[in-house]
Amino acid sequence: MPIQDLIGQEFPPFDLPVERGKIREFANAIGDDNPIYSDPAYAAKNEFGGILAPPTFVATKTFWRQGESVFELAGFDPHFRLHGEEEYEYFKPILAGDVLTCKSKITKAYERVGQRGGQMTFIVSEFTFTNQKGEKVLISRTTSIQTEGAVKP
Amino acid sequence: MEKKVLYLEDIRAGDEALPVVVANITRTHIVKYAGASGDFNPIHHDELYAIRGGNDRVFAMGMMTAGFLSHMITDWVGDGKLRQYRVRFARQVWPGDTITCKGKITRKYTKEGKNFMEAEVFAENQRGEKMITGSIVAEVLSKSAA
Repeated sequence: MPIQDLIGQEFPPFDLPVERGKIREFANAIGDDNPIYSDPAYAAKNEFGGILAPPTFVATKTFWRQGESVFELAGFDPHFRLHGEEEYEYFKPILAGDVLTCKSKITKAYERVGQRGGQMTFIVSEFTFTNQKGEKVLISRTTSIQTEGAVKP
Repeated sequence: MEKKVLYLEDIRAGDEALPVVVANITRTHIVKYAGASGDFNPIHHDELYAIRGGNDRVFAMGMMTAGFLSHMITDWVGDGKLRQYRVRFARQVWPGDTITCKGKITRKYTKEGKNFMEAEVFAENQRGEKMITGSIVAEVLSKSAA
C-alpha cells in the first residue's frame, strides 16, 4: 500500500483519565520538583485550583489508546523508528481529576531520501484532547520516522 | 514558594532563561521515563536489542529530553502560561551525557488584548551539540492590566 494512503486514517477515540499519582510520577521522571505537580495544598491555592499536568504529560496516552498504533498501521520496525518532531498547542489547563477524550488521525505521510539513513518514511499524527466539560484543551502533533538503518550520531 | 512573574514591560528579545542542567544521564533516568510515559520501545532499555539495531548502546527517548526542556520552560514562563511548544529531535541522548536546557526570547507582542512572548529553546550536550531544538509561545502579564 502506498504510504500516502494512510493520510486521513483515524484511530479509535479513547479516554485518558488524568491521575494525580501519574502526574507526580511523570514530573519526577522529568526531574521537575515544582509543587504544582505534587502538593495538593499548594496547588489548591493557585489560579487553576488544583494539580496541573506538565506540558508533555499527554505522552502517557500510550497507556490508554486502543487498536493498532501508527507504527503497526505503517509497518514500522521499532529498531529503526525515530521520533522526528513533537508539537503542542495549549488551550486550557489540564488538571488532576480531568478525564480527557482523545481523537486522532494521520494528517501527513510521505517518503524522502535522508542524508544519513537512506530512504525515510515520515508520518504525522494529530491528537485532539477534549476535557469532561467539552472544552478543547490540547492538540499534539507527532512526526514519526522510519529509517532503513540505524542513524549514526 | 513565590515565583517570579514575567511582565511584558520587563522582557525583551535576547533575554535568556535560567538554564536547567541534568548531569550524567543514566539508564535509571531512561527506565524511569519509560515507566512514567509508557514508551517501552526496547531500543531504550534493552542493550542487546539496541545493539542489534546498529546502535552502540541504549539511548534516551527524545520525549524524556523534551520533558527536561519543559521543566526549564515552565520555571521561566510560569505555570499554565505555555500556549505552544514545538521540538525537533536532532541527536540522540546517550547514558553519560549531560544535558543543558536553554531558552532565549525572540519576540514579544500583543494580540486581541493578550500579551505573548516567543522564544527559541534547545537542549545541548556536554560538547555543545544541540540534541533538541524548538520554540515556544507563552502568555505574559502586563503591568498596566495587573
